[in-house]
Amino acid sequence: MSVSAQTKLPKARIATASLAGCFGCHMAILDIDERLIALMKLVDVDRSPLTDKKRFTQRCDIGIIEGGCCNEENVHVLQDFRRNCDVLIALGQCAIMGGLPAMRNAIMHSDAPLLECLDEAYITGRYIRNKTHNVPNDPALPLLLDEVYPCNQVVKIDYQIPGCAPGGDIIFDTLAKLLTGKFRGFERDMIKFD
Amino acid sequence: MSGTKKETGFSFTIDGVEVTAYAGQTIMEAADEAGVYIPRLCDHEGLRHQGSCRVCTVKAGGRSVSACTQPAAPGQAVENETPHLNKMRRDLVEMLFHEGNHLCPICEASGKCELQAMAYRLDMTEATKFPYLEPCRALDASHPDIALDTNRCISCGRCIRASQDVDGKGIFGYVGRGIHRRVAVNGANLADTDAEVTDHAISKEVCPVGCIIRKRIGFVTPIGEREFDKGLIGHDIEEKRK
Ligand code: SF4
Ligand code: SF4
Ligand code: SF4
Ligand code: FES
Repeated sequence: MSVSAQTKLPKARIATASLAGCFGCHMAILDIDERLIALMKLVDVDRSPLTDKKRFTQRCDIGIIEGGCCNEENVHVLQDFRRNCDVLIALGQCAIMGGLPAMRNAIMHSDAPLLECLDEAYITGRYIRNKTHNVPNDPALPLLLDEVYPCNQVVKIDYQIPGCAPGGDIIFDTLAKLLTGKFRGFERDMIKFD
Repeated sequence: MSGTKKETGFSFTIDGVEVTAYAGQTIMEAADEAGVYIPRLCDHEGLRHQGSCRVCTVKAGGRSVSACTQPAAPGQAVENETPHLNKMRRDLVEMLFHEGNHLCPICEASGKCELQAMAYRLDMTEATKFPYLEPCRALDASHPDIALDTNRCISCGRCIRASQDVDGKGIFGYVGRGIHRRVAVNGANLADTDAEVTDHAISKEVCPVGCIIRKRIGFVTPIGEREFDKGLIGHDIEEKRK
């Protein structure tokens, strides 16, 4: 295909969001390094912290989600992505299985893990300096969910890129292959859950 | 000795490859010697076979059998690396992930964990169809040198057999039934047992996951240099064939 024919191809649109994650997966997108230039020739970025666009301006081909759902707002954002994207990718272990935030779900050996988590974080923790002795409850704060939910327990997820954070290579490879219709699964030695 | 072996030797095939076995050998033992890797979790070299995880399931003469317990038979046609068997194995491994609390990014065993490595080998990368059970399980850090995080226990029983048969101690045993079955120790907690960090049951080969933890050595090997960063699980066996 000639270069001029290539440039006529419509660029794909992608969007990204960070839900209950540490932003490490978005940082890992930057680990694509100079190949970002090649990627940007294939895509335009819509709603994303990378562009600081807070809303979708139009329907997107690919939505990339970092983090699972720990609060009401995460659920709304995720549902919004599902509505506005043809293909939805869960990027990283938090999006795939809840990841580190999901530590509050069960392994705290408590009947009320959320309550205990908030107590320890804001009131009883050894190094806490919280003069109000209250758990923050400003109405502007989104309501916490009872548990942290992986993305695919909330909406249908099409692809998952494993890792915490996934390496720049596997992110670039997967996106490049998806965008050119050549994705047939991951090379085994690229799969890492950590 | 080798003379007797030769007399009783016979051959069978695994995925069409001819393999030699000796009377009394299991399919897996013969496969290992021939450099054919059959995925496994509960079986471990030097421990008696338990045949409980079923990750090693192969088809022999059309029937599903566990390769770690099934004796090899002359002329048998064994199927191992088929999409159907690997799919079933992947489901089993996935269920083990969902039945416990496996948070690989915070686990000391990550990179040298056989369960994780099996998930890599079996391509466990698709959105899951099983629920996360997120059980509430015990953590025992009472012992000065050893900790037990049963959130990651997959009930392979390797520690039980190692402690009983190799160490002659019987520190570990199962408690509970069905999905609630887990290892427990023969004392109020680990500190109350005669477990020592030098026991075979505590050594790094025995527990395939990050359940039995030797203290103060976590995360010593940098990412990139850990056992399964260097190759897929089973590559050491497969390399024997090249
Ligand atoms: S998967 Fe890891 S890097 Fe990505 S958001 Fe979660 S904790 Fe951060
Ligand atoms: S035991 Fe293995 S699978 Fe489980 S969390 Fe640790 S590394 Fe992951
Ligand atoms: S503690 Fe480790 S070796 Fe023992 S049964 Fe559990 S997973 Fe297997
Ligand atoms: S390895 Fe054969 S059943 Fe577990």
